[in-house]
Amino acid sequence: MKAIEVQELTKRYGDLVAVDRISFTVEEGEFFGFLGPNGAGKTTTVRMLTGIISPNSGRALVAGRDVTRDPLRVKQVLGVVPEMANVYIDLSVWGNLMLMGELYGVPRRERRARAEALLRDFGLWERRYHRAKALSKGLRQRLLLAMALIHAPKILFLDEPTSGLDVQSARLIREKLRELHSQGVTIFLTTHNLEEAEQLCQRIAIIDHGRIIALDSPERLKRTALGLQIVEVRFNRCLASAELAALPGVGQVKRAGDKLRFYTAQPEELIIQLVDLARANGLKIIALNTLGPSLEEVFLELTTEKEGDSRWS
Amino acid sequence: MELIIQLKRAWAVAKKDIRIYYFKGPVLIFGLLFPLFLFLAFYIGRDLSADFLIPGLIGMALFFTATSVGPVIFPWETRMRTLERLVSAPIGLGAILLGDVLASLIFGILISLVPLLIGFPLGVEVRHPATFAGSLILAALCFSSFGVLLSAPPTDVPANVMMLSSLVKFPLIFISGIFVPLERLPAWGRALAFVSPLTYFTDLMKYSLGNTRYLPVALDLIAMGAFTVFFLGAAIGLHGRSLPRRF
Repeated sequence: MKAIEVQELTKRYGDLVAVDRISFTVEEGEFFGFLGPNGAGKTTTVRMLTGIISPNSGRALVAGRDVTRDPLRVKQVLGVVPEMANVYIDLSVWGNLMLMGELYGVPRRERRARAEALLRDFGLWERRYHRAKALSKGLRQRLLLAMALIHAPKILFLDEPTSGLDVQSARLIREKLRELHSQGVTIFLTTHNLEEAEQLCQRIAIIDHGRIIALDSPERLKRTALGLQIVEVRFNRCLASAELAALPGVGQVKRAGDKLRFYTAQPEELIIQLVDLARANGLKIIALNTLGPSLEEVFLELTTEKEGDSRWS
Repeated sequence: MELIIQLKRAWAVAKKDIRIYYFKGPVLIFGLLFPLFLFLAFYIGRDLSADFLIPGLIGMALFFTATSVGPVIFPWETRMRTLERLVSAPIGLGAILLGDVLASLIFGILISLVPLLIGFPLGVEVRHPATFAGSLILAALCFSSFGVLLSAPPTDVPANVMMLSSLVKFPLIFISGIFVPLERLPAWGRALAFVSPLTYFTDLMKYSLGNTRYLPVALDLIAMGAFTVFFLGAAIGLHGRSLPRRF
């Protein structure tokens, strides 16, 4: 059984199509990343999949059940950390966990045992009687994740869980997510942090303007971006920009410190041309490397609208 | 079975509301002190007995307390971004609203007993305890549902809802036979009084404490029940529409 099956899911707000006929599946136990620029439709998708808002058309099955028709049963097996959500600041850390435990129908004894284990895991046990108001943003986010785990969910939705957090909290959350994944929990992660997505996710979907524009493993996504192979070179002195940009097969040239980065689909041919260019101009090549694109570059390539498309930046 | 599960979860929401919203000064002030001072302002200098004073005071205390916090919970939780976390849990909208209603109901009943305790040394007696208890619970349910209905507009600014709430609540106080007995109102005043649920509760309180009632007890109870069903139904319907617009 698939953990998540989405077919032609659409959400409109008046004339604006926030999510436009997206389809994808997430396997049981998969760590799935959902990336996109601001306003691309990530949060709207998560809200539809977690039963918070209804789609205008299309279908979403989560844990084998239709989210629109059977939202309560779907919610019962989900853990959710919504974007920008907050804990109840006037309740204690313990009170927040107990409330969530009750809302998910966790029996009292089990609720208390799980709450203790989670608070110890997240470094919040010593603060259990503190009001959540007194917690820093990082500690509140840890508490939110603990609240999402109180009923031991099979599927976990996280919308920007490490956004704006201190290094320790972000790291602890990432470690916890890895641990949950190794225990078989399906994780649906929305993030702006591409390094995080690359480290954690088995597959990544990129959404832009409400449509999924790429879906694959991070490595394959990078490989498919053929125009983004990079040749990095350092000459012993500078060359005119126009001459470099005019080399055949070069998509873009960027300065990176004292090096030049050439973006090309044919790195082998470009290297020969660069050697010829150096010879013709009496230059020495101090360093020469070929690099694959980072996920960030692939993401920008896919989601940035090309205006004027300058070859120099 | 599902109903019992949802009722348990509604109770969890009610406990959360009581912990967060009800043990706060403004609730006590608006629920008890405000109606007391308002009533005294009308009472002093007029020849009115404690028998007339206490039923009206109980009515106002219950009305103000039961509708004091209900209207602001949804806007407040929208603003604090706790609402999305709450609705992500497996609890239906009806159960969330019922939880809010239960919290208001419990607090409303407790606060409205204070004027009764004040009345005992003044010679007030509960002559019809069953009617008193039944109508107090029914009215608390009715007013709490009314409070929750007022929170339906999809705003995240509690002050906006408070303004709407005051705009509706205050006129009701003046047309419900609290300051001027129904029998002394002109015909148009009485007609207006019958659109206020507080009228029926005040009448029931007068009867329960041994005073002359204006309407038959059964009619008072039926009217309060009808208002309750209407407020609850309207609250569920309107919140259902406004909830997606809060995110």
